[in-house]
Amino acid sequence: MLEWIKQPWPWYVAGPLIGLTVPLLLILGNRTFGISSSLRHICAACIPANIPFFKYDWKKESWNLFFVAGVLVGGFIAFNYLSNNAPMEVNPKLAQEMAGYGITNYEGLIPKELFNWPALLTLKGFILMILGGFLVGFGTRYAGGCTSGHSIMGLSNLQWPSLVATCCFMAGGFIMANLILPIILKL
Amino acid sequence: MQNVVNTDFEIRSENAMCVNQSKLDQSFSSLLKYTIAGIFFGIILVKAQVIAWFRIQEMFRLQSFHMFGVIGSAVAIGALSVFLIKKFKIKTIEGESIRLEDKQFSKGQIYGGLLFGFGWALTGACPGPLFAQIGTGATVVLVTLLSAIAGTWTYGFLKSKLPH
Repeated sequence: MLEWIKQPWPWYVAGPLIGLTVPLLLILGNRTFGISSSLRHICAACIPANIPFFKYDWKKESWNLFFVAGVLVGGFIAFNYLSNNAPMEVNPKLAQEMAGYGITNYEGLIPKELFNWPALLTLKGFILMILGGFLVGFGTRYAGGCTSGHSIMGLSNLQWPSLVATCCFMAGGFIMANLILPIILKL
Repeated sequence: MQNVVNTDFEIRSENAMCVNQSKLDQSFSSLLKYTIAGIFFGIILVKAQVIAWFRIQEMFRLQSFHMFGVIGSAVAIGALSVFLIKKFKIKTIEGESIRLEDKQFSKGQIYGGLLFGFGWALTGACPGPLFAQIGTGATVVLVTLLSAIAGTWTYGFLKSKLPH
């Protein structure tokens, strides 16, 4: 059993479990699943700066901060106690493309050759980590939600604005990954 | 921490994530159940490799069905759950009725959605995976998370000047 758990889980196991987060949060306390709003609550708690968008009682939304703290702990538990640490298997076409950029290490879930502290000081690392992070925070709030809030929760509740958002997430990702990222990875 | 009066219900309601607050469960011990739920969710994110940069690259290059299968089956189970909750008027464990609010369309879903898509392909992470990645020991992702918080703050600062 533990050996099975330690392997990567197939989509038909993981996907339904992620879907069950929706009723779990609703039944636990009427909470609509969504993670990106935690970033807004952190702004409201730490640096509201008199901006109307951050002037609300974030403490009433603090369940969200308790939830993301759990996600962090869950990441720790899964990686350290529930993984077999085998290298990732990826599509050979991707491996070939990545080898062209000098990326050959598949040991962690995040490519160590791209995401590390010294790389922050390079242009490539700055774009991938700092600009990328900024776009995640800015874009999700502008869109009013992220993959969890729109793509999982919103679509589960049959909200068409969430379908628009999800299509745009995917379109943005396709453009970046296929057209722009190859240039960045060559830097 | 300063006490701010909540005068902003309008903004809150147009923001998809900030509705449905329960008045019953605000104590620390009561909020801990969300941490347990978060741990459950974080473990799945890692085990499904949803937080893996390479899986995200495969998804956006149509080289693997995995991520589409994860998101698609999550939506199917989520939608079935919401349908059953509405049909049988299932209540929360505190006995409250479950309310789901409709999302309002704005152009932000298009512009913001595209910008988030760019960020997702660069970092290989949406907001949930950022937290899970840090948990796996990738400490440098803390910088990405801080940058995402800065991005959210910048949106709040510029909100009135952006097309919606």
